[in-house]
Amino acid sequence: MTTQTPLSIKKVKSMKNVMPRQQAPFSWHAYLMILPSLSVFLIFYIIPIFYLIFLSFHDWDLVNPVKQWIGLGNYFELLQDADFLQVLQNTFVYTLLTVSLLIILSLLTSLWLNQNDIFTRFVQGAIFSPYIISLVSVALLWLWMMDPQYGLLNAILTWFGLPPYPWLDSPDTALYALVLVSVWQGLGYNTLVFIAGLNSIPTDLYEAAALDDTPSWKTFFRITLPMLSPTLFFLVIIDLIASFKVFETIAIMTGGGPLNSTNMLVYYIYQYGFRFYKIGYASAAAVILLIILSILTWLYFALLEKRVHYR
Amino acid sequence: MASISMERGESMAEIRLENLKKCFGQECAVKDISLIVPDGSFTIFLGPSGCGKTTTLRMIAGLEHPDQGDIYIGGKRVNDLQPGKRGVAMVFQNYALYPMMTVQENIEFGLKNRGMRKEERKQRIKEVAHIVDLSAHLHKKPHALSGGQRQRVALARAIVKQPDVFLMDEPLSNLDAKLRTHMRTELTRIHRDLSATFIYVTHDQNEAMAMGDQIVVMKAGTIQQSGPPWDIYHKPANVYVATFIGSPPMNMFQRDKLLAYVMNTPEYSEGMRFLHHETEWLGIRPERIMLSPYHTQHEMFQALDGIKIPGRMVAREMLGDETIYHFDTPLGPLQAKIYLLPPLDDDRIELMLPYEAFHQFDRGEQLILAARPHQKETPVFKREYERVENT
Repeated sequence: MTTQTPLSIKKVKSMKNVMPRQQAPFSWHAYLMILPSLSVFLIFYIIPIFYLIFLSFHDWDLVNPVKQWIGLGNYFELLQDADFLQVLQNTFVYTLLTVSLLIILSLLTSLWLNQNDIFTRFVQGAIFSPYIISLVSVALLWLWMMDPQYGLLNAILTWFGLPPYPWLDSPDTALYALVLVSVWQGLGYNTLVFIAGLNSIPTDLYEAAALDDTPSWKTFFRITLPMLSPTLFFLVIIDLIASFKVFETIAIMTGGGPLNSTNMLVYYIYQYGFRFYKIGYASAAAVILLIILSILTWLYFALLEKRVHYR
Repeated sequence: MASISMERGESMAEIRLENLKKCFGQECAVKDISLIVPDGSFTIFLGPSGCGKTTTLRMIAGLEHPDQGDIYIGGKRVNDLQPGKRGVAMVFQNYALYPMMTVQENIEFGLKNRGMRKEERKQRIKEVAHIVDLSAHLHKKPHALSGGQRQRVALARAIVKQPDVFLMDEPLSNLDAKLRTHMRTELTRIHRDLSATFIYVTHDQNEAMAMGDQIVVMKAGTIQQSGPPWDIYHKPANVYVATFIGSPPMNMFQRDKLLAYVMNTPEYSEGMRFLHHETEWLGIRPERIMLSPYHTQHEMFQALDGIKIPGRMVAREMLGDETIYHFDTPLGPLQAKIYLLPPLDDDRIELMLPYEAFHQFDRGEQLILAARPHQKETPVFKREYERVENT
């Protein structure tokens, strides 16, 4: 025994020294294996991103064989364009409203639906169903319901004796109508994720809290909410990214109007790129979107790393 | 761990359970339990998993509501009282520490809810951290602690509230064997110092025997026996308790088996007077069986006040301090436990079952006659004991 112990320690030490330096021999086979997915990734993701950045420094109309280098010209033009600033503001307002409403409402519904009886399971299914419907159908459905003359929503309002609401027809209300649609559509998914998060909280924590004579509001804020924070954080980021990319509802329901009041980044890019054929200009806007989304994604991973996982 | 200066109020905390019943759907975890847990006792609920011991504990805590029956703590009916208002503290099997709070915040949480002043809280936390030896870890989060430390935080969280009643749901089952034995002594000491009522749930009979001053043996939602450890071991109320307590369990065989064997050996007709006329089952503990090569010199063996039967050794487990032998005998399989003697190699051995070591049970498996406890240590045992002490 006495002679074996130092030997084995030596062995471990020597292995520690060797292990990190030891590299697998270069193998063509391995690269061959990942070549298909690597090429797809390169062609459809990496190269377009760099091409996008390249285009954003040029003036180009998609047809002309000459791409004229104008440096940061597109960016200067963008930042001086009142429409673009309006679009940015719309996007931020829309995102802020959508995400905060989604999170608060779905948290409340998940607290309500966090049971396992037939009724709540039915409601869970019901509020989740919009999520699996194509966004185009959702947009068309709401477009019809929000019709000022023949729409269902105004019919309901007048039935209750309330004045009709302009919905998509007024620059003051159209953005909120879009928020309503996206909240309605995303509520089910958010609720379901919240319910999963709630279910993963060990019940004995609540029992310990009950024995500690904790009032229910305190149980919620001191135990449920902190235990739910990874879920909450995940949903906030996912919803943020999704609402920055909103396109379908605008394209179908408002076309960015009235008076540019519902125009948002992705739709703006689409308009300039494929309606006005100002590819360079659209690319510059896309780069700005890319930067915003990159910051959000970076934030997600950076904070996720720091977050304590209470396991 | 330091000694405890915390004092408990004057209030008595006798717990009385009357005809408790609790069912989950078709399954009844607790069928009909009536029990008095004396004030200041260390009461153990002992039984296999699914016997209803945890459910009973949770009903006392207020985490489950009984379908029937009443719970009294200190003479007051608490059925409809919130868990936090019952004057009880609970230590959970998985500790249930609040993972987002530091050790100090964990311990403090219940006190804050009571609206205790900050200075008093600080004082109490300081004391309790000293008791459970956690002073150096107060600002850590639970995930940074070892299993034993977490266990002590859970304990501290209970102690700091100075409850009349401590409820513990297998609190040591997640610890390793060494730490478990250590915490056993700690808990006994804490119980002695706090003089509160402890109710402790476990399936480990060693834990029960080591710590309890009252053991409640449960099976399938009913109480089989309750009493001090000595009674549970020496006067098991029925066959179930007799075979549950003890390791290995008590050897059991039917009266007919014994009579059939005795018929072929006429010298025992006299000895059969020890049998009660209602006896159906006979039990003898493995540690009371004597084996001929060891005990032939022993006075009882020679005095023949027992049944001698031949046995064929089937298996042998050498555990260090004790050796467990498995025999095939005319009475069926028997196990014998011998302390501090070198293991035997012969596969044919004569066993001696002293009359006074038999427990006798009736047709309904209830105890009629208990074995007489050892009056004096066997000379062999004593000699071996001393030898071990001296080396």
